[in-house]
Amino acid sequence: MIFSYSLKTAVTGLKTNRSRSLLTILGIVIGIAAIILIMSLGQGAQQLILNQVQGMGSKTIIVIPGREPKGPSDAAQVFSDSLKIRDFELLQNKENVPTLGSVMPLLFTGVSASYGSETYRPTIFGVSPLIQRIFDLSVSEGEFFSDDDVRARANVVVIGSKVKEQLFGERFALGEKIKIKDRSFRVIGIMPSKGQVSFFNFDEAVIVPYTTAQQYVLGIKYFHRFVAEAVSQDLIAQTVADIKVTLRESHKITDPDKDDFFVQTQEDLAARLGLITQVLTLFLAAVAAISLVVGGIGIMNIMLVSVTERTREIGLRKSIGATDRDILMQFLLEAVLLTGTGGVTGIILGGTLSIICAFILTNFVGLAWSFQFPFFGAFLGIVVSGVIGLVFGIYPAKQAARKSPMEALRYE
Amino acid sequence: MSLIEVKNVTKIYTNEGVETPALRGVSFGVKKGEFVAIMGPSGSGKSTLLHILGFLDEHTGGEYRFEGKNVKSYKPEEISNIRNSRMGFIFQAFNLLPRTTVLENVKLPLLYSDVPPESWDAMAKKALESVGMLHRLDHEPAQLSGGEKQRVAIARALVLEPSVIFADEPTGNLDSKSGKMVIQTIQNLNEQHGHTIILITHETSTAEHAQRIIRVMDGAIESDTKVTHQRRADEGYVK
Repeated sequence: MIFSYSLKTAVTGLKTNRSRSLLTILGIVIGIAAIILIMSLGQGAQQLILNQVQGMGSKTIIVIPGREPKGPSDAAQVFSDSLKIRDFELLQNKENVPTLGSVMPLLFTGVSASYGSETYRPTIFGVSPLIQRIFDLSVSEGEFFSDDDVRARANVVVIGSKVKEQLFGERFALGEKIKIKDRSFRVIGIMPSKGQVSFFNFDEAVIVPYTTAQQYVLGIKYFHRFVAEAVSQDLIAQTVADIKVTLRESHKITDPDKDDFFVQTQEDLAARLGLITQVLTLFLAAVAAISLVVGGIGIMNIMLVSVTERTREIGLRKSIGATDRDILMQFLLEAVLLTGTGGVTGIILGGTLSIICAFILTNFVGLAWSFQFPFFGAFLGIVVSGVIGLVFGIYPAKQAARKSPMEALRYE
Repeated sequence: MSLIEVKNVTKIYTNEGVETPALRGVSFGVKKGEFVAIMGPSGSGKSTLLHILGFLDEHTGGEYRFEGKNVKSYKPEEISNIRNSRMGFIFQAFNLLPRTTVLENVKLPLLYSDVPPESWDAMAKKALESVGMLHRLDHEPAQLSGGEKQRVAIARALVLEPSVIFADEPTGNLDSKSGKMVIQTIQNLNEQHGHTIILITHETSTAEHAQRIIRVMDGAIESDTKVTHQRRADEGYVK
């Protein structure tokens, strides 16, 4: 039999039981739609994280005290006081790290700040003026503190829009004094609302010179981070190596395994976070794939019923010259058409749901979400649904083909 | 040379170790262009005989030659092929595909043939014309009367110009008026178009439309007689 007529026969067979065919493919539709939705959300999340990471600038290098956490047992080692002022000075020396563009110490803590009777608990960042460039920050009112302020341990702060709103409301904030740890700090700048940048929300931040943060806020002599920038992106690896050598020398470490600090680049971070979301997406997609197996069993069940119901039709077709192969093809094609249609419908449904999710996440949750269509997922969905049709259709189709024409014609 | 030649053909059904003989050695021949009725009561073995003749079942003993060739030597594909191009079947229950138009139903055997699709419509229409059903092309079986359904089924059996048409109680489900029309159509196919016809029935009045009656009883041929006065459909068909 010519293939196009086999196809036509199968389509007619399915149309004859339209509502049953539709119900049968529902399992496949839901399964494929779930996979598409999960993969789309996974890709969207990955893109979001990458955008966040890149918001810090791709040349950025971060030095973190403590041993690099390789597993849960290392978590306790994360907090350490190994990054000292001496290290900062050594890193700034061009002879040690020639490809280093700039370096800034970073301290952070959460403490209460108050103005009059209003109290708020912002994140306090102790930094140098370089933060403006590294995180692309600016002030809408007043000005940022200067290197002189850093040297003088000036009690000045730049506050985020949320902090301003919480402490001052509609009142004028510039030049006012807020209290942190019983010490007065003069507000010299206010930042406009910016939302989340690289996991930091500067709207809820109070930024002070790092020297001030060390002495008056935290009372420590070390730093929480060094945030450095390479001269150019190609020189990141060189810069990281030089930083490591410099700090090891300074800390008198000979065995790199005993490092009391570790260096993270934006690239590392992006790759690591990307991997996490990828694994998570695959895991969820695998869970959704279980529904495809269930759907496939449903298809097999209905195909078996259909073969029994159409026993006389099979007998007739055989009596007018259909070979076993013709009958096998007819029922197999019906199964593959069922699952294939289910797959395509599922992709359309999943795609539509993904667009709706992207719309909600952008407009109601406020994430910088972008809709991602998982082309690989769609391709996989079509292939998988077709294979399910073949796998779960072959048994009923064989049952049909094996029927003796005389027995089949006699079937009541 | 006979179109169909059976020699001492037997058929034994084996069910759970119990052997039930349905045919106990049947011998006869059918020539091209003959109209033979096989008669007998229920359980006489006439249906089994028809199934064996129509390649729908296999005999267990004896020899069956179709167009001179021993049936046992055919491969499965050849059997399907012969059923398709050399044999036409008419069933008591019509066996038309539901929700499929008359034209598509008649075209069904063509789907499994070597005939190029361009000529399918013309062939199906020609077959429908010979049974007087050309005016119902786009109807579905549910919209037809019993007699009309059977005439469509006859057109389907005819469409590939087979060597022999097997009719298994074709009037069994019909009222006398429709039955008369159907038997007239079958007789017409034999006389006007020279088709070989093997008809199964348990009614003498229907059988008498044939040229020859083979009576089967308990799996054996009881008598094989020429009909001296072949009944005409317009002479009154008695159900």
